[in-house]
Amino acid sequence: MALAKLLASWPVVRQLQQGDPLGLGPAVQSRRSRSLVPRVDEAEHVVQSICPYCAVGCGQLVYVKDGEITHVEGDPASPISRGRLCPKGQATKSYAQSPLREYKVKYRRPYGNAWEELELDAAMEMIADRIVETRAATWQAKTEEGKPANRTMAIGNLGGATLDNEENYLIKKLLTALGIVQVENQARI
Amino acid sequence: MPSLGTSFGRGGATDFQQDLQNSDCIVIMGSNMAENHPVGFQWVMEARERGAKVIHVDPRFTRTSAMATKWVGIRAGSDIAFLGGIVNYILQNDLHFEEYVKHYTNAPVIIEDTYVDTEELDGLFAGWDPEEGKYDSSQWRYEGMETHGAAGQREEGFSPKGEQSGHGGHGGGLHHGEPPSEDPDLRHPRCVFQILKRHYQRYTPELVADTCGCSVEDFLYVAEALAQNSGRERTSAFCYAVGWTQHTVGVQYIRTAAIVQQLLGNIGRPGGGIVALRGHASIQGSTDIPTLFNILPGYLPMPHAEYYGGFDNFMAANTSPTGWWGHFKAYWVSLMKAYFGEHATEDNSWLFPRLPRIDEDNSAYWTLGQMLEGKVKGYVVAGENPVVGNANGKAHRLGLSKLDWLVVRDVVEIETASFWYDSPEIESGELKTGEIGTEVFFLPAATHTEKDGSFTNTQRLLQWHWQATEPKLDCRSELWFYFHLGRMIKQRLQDSEEERDALVKALRWEYPTHSQIQEPSAEAVLAEISGWEIGSGTFLDGYPKLRDDGSTACGCWIYSGVYKDGINQAARKRPHWEQTYVAPEWAWAWPDNRRILYNRASADPDGNPWSERKKFVWWNGEKWTGLDTPDFEETKPPDYVPPDGAEAEDAIAGDHPFVMQADGRSWLYVPQGLEDGPLPTHYEPHESPFGNTLYSQRANPRRQQNQLAEDPSNPVDGEPGAELYPYVVTTYRLTEHHTAGGMTRSVPYLAELQPAMFCEVSPELAAEAGLEHGGWATIYSARSAIEARVLVTDRIPPITVHGRTTHQVGLPYHWGSRLLSSGDSANDLMHMTLDPNVHIQEVKAATCGIRPGRRPRGKALPEFVAGIREQAHARRETAPKAEPADVRETTA
Amino acid sequence: MQPTGVPAGWEAYGDEKQERVGFFTDTSVCIGCKACEVACKEWNLVPEDGLVWTGESYDNTSTLGANSWRHVAFVEQRKPLHVPSEPEPGQTEDGGRGDGDALRWLMSSDVCKHCTHAACLDVCPTGSLFRTEFGTVVVQEDICNGCGYCVPACPFGVLDKRDIASDRPGSMGHKPDLPASLGTKEDGRVWKCTLCYDRLKGGHEPACAKACPTKSIQFGPLDELRERADARLAKLSDEGWNGAQLYGRDPGDGVGGFGAFFLLLDDPEVYGLPPDPVVTTKHVGAMWENMATAAAVLVVGVAAAFLGGRG
Repeated sequence: MALAKLLASWPVVRQLQQGDPLGLGPAVQSRRSRSLVPRVDEAEHVVQSICPYCAVGCGQLVYVKDGEITHVEGDPASPISRGRLCPKGQATKSYAQSPLREYKVKYRRPYGNAWEELELDAAMEMIADRIVETRAATWQAKTEEGKPANRTMAIGNLGGATLDNEENYLIKKLLTALGIVQVENQARI
Repeated sequence: MPSLGTSFGRGGATDFQQDLQNSDCIVIMGSNMAENHPVGFQWVMEARERGAKVIHVDPRFTRTSAMATKWVGIRAGSDIAFLGGIVNYILQNDLHFEEYVKHYTNAPVIIEDTYVDTEELDGLFAGWDPEEGKYDSSQWRYEGMETHGAAGQREEGFSPKGEQSGHGGHGGGLHHGEPPSEDPDLRHPRCVFQILKRHYQRYTPELVADTCGCSVEDFLYVAEALAQNSGRERTSAFCYAVGWTQHTVGVQYIRTAAIVQQLLGNIGRPGGGIVALRGHASIQGSTDIPTLFNILPGYLPMPHAEYYGGFDNFMAANTSPTGWWGHFKAYWVSLMKAYFGEHATEDNSWLFPRLPRIDEDNSAYWTLGQMLEGKVKGYVVAGENPVVGNANGKAHRLGLSKLDWLVVRDVVEIETASFWYDSPEIESGELKTGEIGTEVFFLPAATHTEKDGSFTNTQRLLQWHWQATEPKLDCRSELWFYFHLGRMIKQRLQDSEEERDALVKALRWEYPTHSQIQEPSAEAVLAEISGWEIGSGTFLDGYPKLRDDGSTACGCWIYSGVYKDGINQAARKRPHWEQTYVAPEWAWAWPDNRRILYNRASADPDGNPWSERKKFVWWNGEKWTGLDTPDFEETKPPDYVPPDGAEAEDAIAGDHPFVMQADGRSWLYVPQGLEDGPLPTHYEPHESPFGNTLYSQRANPRRQQNQLAEDPSNPVDGEPGAELYPYVVTTYRLTEHHTAGGMTRSVPYLAELQPAMFCEVSPELAAEAGLEHGGWATIYSARSAIEARVLVTDRIPPITVHGRTTHQVGLPYHWGSRLLSSGDSANDLMHMTLDPNVHIQEVKAATCGIRPGRRPRGKALPEFVAGIREQAHARRETAPKAEPADVRETTA
Repeated sequence: MQPTGVPAGWEAYGDEKQERVGFFTDTSVCIGCKACEVACKEWNLVPEDGLVWTGESYDNTSTLGANSWRHVAFVEQRKPLHVPSEPEPGQTEDGGRGDGDALRWLMSSDVCKHCTHAACLDVCPTGSLFRTEFGTVVVQEDICNGCGYCVPACPFGVLDKRDIASDRPGSMGHKPDLPASLGTKEDGRVWKCTLCYDRLKGGHEPACAKACPTKSIQFGPLDELRERADARLAKLSDEGWNGAQLYGRDPGDGVGGFGAFFLLLDDPEVYGLPPDPVVTTKHVGAMWENMATAAAVLVVGVAAAFLGGRG
């Protein structure tokens, strides 16, 4: 019945068949429109998360498909936010997928004019070396008055207010053991 | 937050956001809540819809003001005068909540006769040492109390300060928790209540109006609204943010609100409290588990180099005989066991002798000073953009250029990473790329959706976020970076015999990893933070289980219990519709999952609710019960009187709700723990076009100044040259952006909403300075000059202070030279004079000049700035020294 | 013309017809955060609309358009929030509220009105614009050929053609990932709010309403929203709010009532909205009806000839 099918798909026939003589409703609904499925329903998994911006602590639902975030919206279960988000929280997917996002290590040598490429492993080795060397070269066993100091005053670390508690815990633990006391963050700001 | 800590016992918001719906009056001050905490603001709107008064006191009419039932415009930097006026109004009219004040605060306590008030010393408190530029706070103490030094076993001169005092008034030397001298009738001339009355008696409505630039009527409206909406039947709340903290007397701003709330009986009660609105996802967490120089997890102090004593001295100095700080040793030893495992033993004093020592100040701005002198060689910056977000961006960029090496970790290439080829100083020629020796590593970071972990939000709630996707290519979490860095450093030092490496070798640094990139398990770290019994491996259910004999390990005592029963309590996600509005089964709050702190105060001294309407936690005849975990020992009756010789929590009486304080009371008057006085008093900002009408002491004498050539100050009121910087300038955030912009100027949908740096000025200022709406303006200080688009608006009206009208310039501070939306940084204008308690910069009130047009480019820019500065300073030098106060002001 | 209050084309869904839904935007609680603008773009993959600072208060979106389906207007006024009342003894002129000489900063999130009588739909020659089973008006991106007839037809200036993203002044060249179903279709089509048609089909509320921190944007069955709005207006009037009024709530207005209507705190034109919008195709409906009848006669004749022959 190829002909009948063809005929039935002719808009004017559809308009009449469906009681939509003006062709304003179902008669002109496209195949895509008829079969639309919201992509939150197509996600492979949904992860409960917390907004990374201010300290209100809104709940977020992160929808994932094929290893990529497909959408982020408010988590209705949160007693604080009740599913709502501000523009920043609502832009979380675009933040995680920012066109300016950096994915590779960049290295600038002393007096260099441009960034260079560097493998992550190599960068980690170099940074570990820098810390060990700087620390050894600047170690203060005692203060000028001869009191114990056990520290280096030549290395500092800044950051923490945007990080996880577990990350801050490791930072303070490691740097205290290394005798690095200049550990600071935006809590002062 | 030493302000809340010294007043109430814990450095955190006393209430939770959802509870604001129960407020009868909400005063938002030092905060632009609708713009910067929009989703939390829904609870303020709920209150407004229920008929509550919502009052916004702010220099600008913002989106918060637009929603408020009342806006009062005041001059930036005058809040203590305003709040002190409220204190005076309450006291002069006998509007305080008498039963609450007598039982729950230190109002009845008699203070030593060594204490002398600013009213008698023209703006100084007793104990000021002009040589040292510091106070001797022993002159502020409770009458008849022993002091640390006098006991002979304390570290000489030791006293808790900064964030450390931000967690509990240690107040050592109290017997059975009761101060030695009290007047229950509040009549003794030296009792706190009477001192308070005298201290604020000159803060009349007229003085407030004259100092703040508001009307007497508007001031009285706020004072009356608060008084009418407090008491047995009603409660009022304060919400504040960095509009209060970022001042040279910022801690005392918050202290003044704490006094108001104590007098009105609004702490520990539903719809009451002080809600500190913090600006980053885990800024509360990064103080609790600090990345701060002066404290260890749970507000334990870092040992001090100068005041070094042995382990026993250190313990004695920090252990309060009474209150929960009586168990200091258990918290400390458990932390050392978490850090160093079997290497920390009683015999080696839990490795105390090997711990690094700090100085008076090793905070971020101090480090910058060292950097500028070439003394700092290496710097790691993780998730922060200091060249935009910190005061005096130029000094920061110059500092970075003197490093040997710099590591920057972020999701996009922020201005801190690019200072060596793309910055205002490269443009001006003050820095030349080829002459900068700094080796720079930029490491791409993972976002929160690419890692597991917990944030502690503004109401002390630890909320877990699960990983959604794998980080791509070189992107890694901070957990990965520091774990593997530590692993590699330990490998390098494993055979070292050097004394300095012993602690690194002793470090417990084994965490399970998962996935291809060897990501450490965040849950394993959380379990260590929460703690366990070493022998049995049983997870602890809270800090009362901690022991001082090395049998327990706990990475942060106030977080103890977050992994109780081996279950991640922070990851609890029971929907709110299945619980009461307190929602105790959503995530986990410190301490002990309490949502309103000091909630024993929601009942009267006998343990009954103050009223049916404000019922929350009460004594049922056998135990404390109610809607929340009681912030009190469950079975301690309201009539409990501590026996002689009682220690720690046993020394706190049954009608004293502030269990972290040595005397169980909230502190109207802070006898120790603050650097700049036991009571807040109005000082002008470091830079101000106005003098102080109260005292000849103009600004906070204890404010922390520096001598850096890179950080000159503008001349101020009374000094020649001040007229070159005639306006008040204040900085702030917009809803559409976040802090220094790294997380928003990189996002197209946000960048387009506020696509350019602008300044807000009144039509009157526009007329006076020749500014054109939509055009450009150049704003300048002694530090730098920036340009911004001009937004002329009635929302930042001129103010009349001491009979003189001046203008305020509003500057959002999100912009820097890079990313999708770029522009000049407001913070380039700001100075680095700090609050002495917490080393926070004063970017909410300074002075500036403004003129039409774009700023000079290239080397003309520093010449322009120097030209005006030299002109101003030349006028200052040729004039006689105007301000005697300068002599006694200090530099740190 | 269809009977007042019932959108044309909607009844035709028969059993598939859903309750008519829409938005009630209560501007008395709008905090101007623009979460709606971002939520809309995130969900519908709407391109960034150019980084142009306008100086129009905090509004840098300026208008609704192909790349901005929500737009928050900001109006700064020297006008008290409440109507000044006769002061009672001992009270100030504003009845003790203390806002007698206050400023007002009105904020309002604008959106496609999803008119009951939608001119855009009437003039669309391709059947791209259609009435959904929810009573909303949607442009079908796979049908639209960019003819643009609908653009001048809209009394609110909502419908707008999308340029190629990278050609726009001030654009950073950000292009969303377009759904594969669009293939290589050239843009230049018309875009507007769909009231999150796909989300509705899945039983989810539209992205903007879900995000709104203060529930200024409320989504729901239109009848229910109208009741809610009436109650809200009564409350605000009782409280003496200055200028509170409903806009587009009345099914008897020039477009048969909006599917997305508003509670405003001043006259519509203050917010840049037409005070008395009228469907621009008031008389076109009848014309199409006649044409359709003619076409139907023709079709029936032809079909009968074919189908009858095979009977």
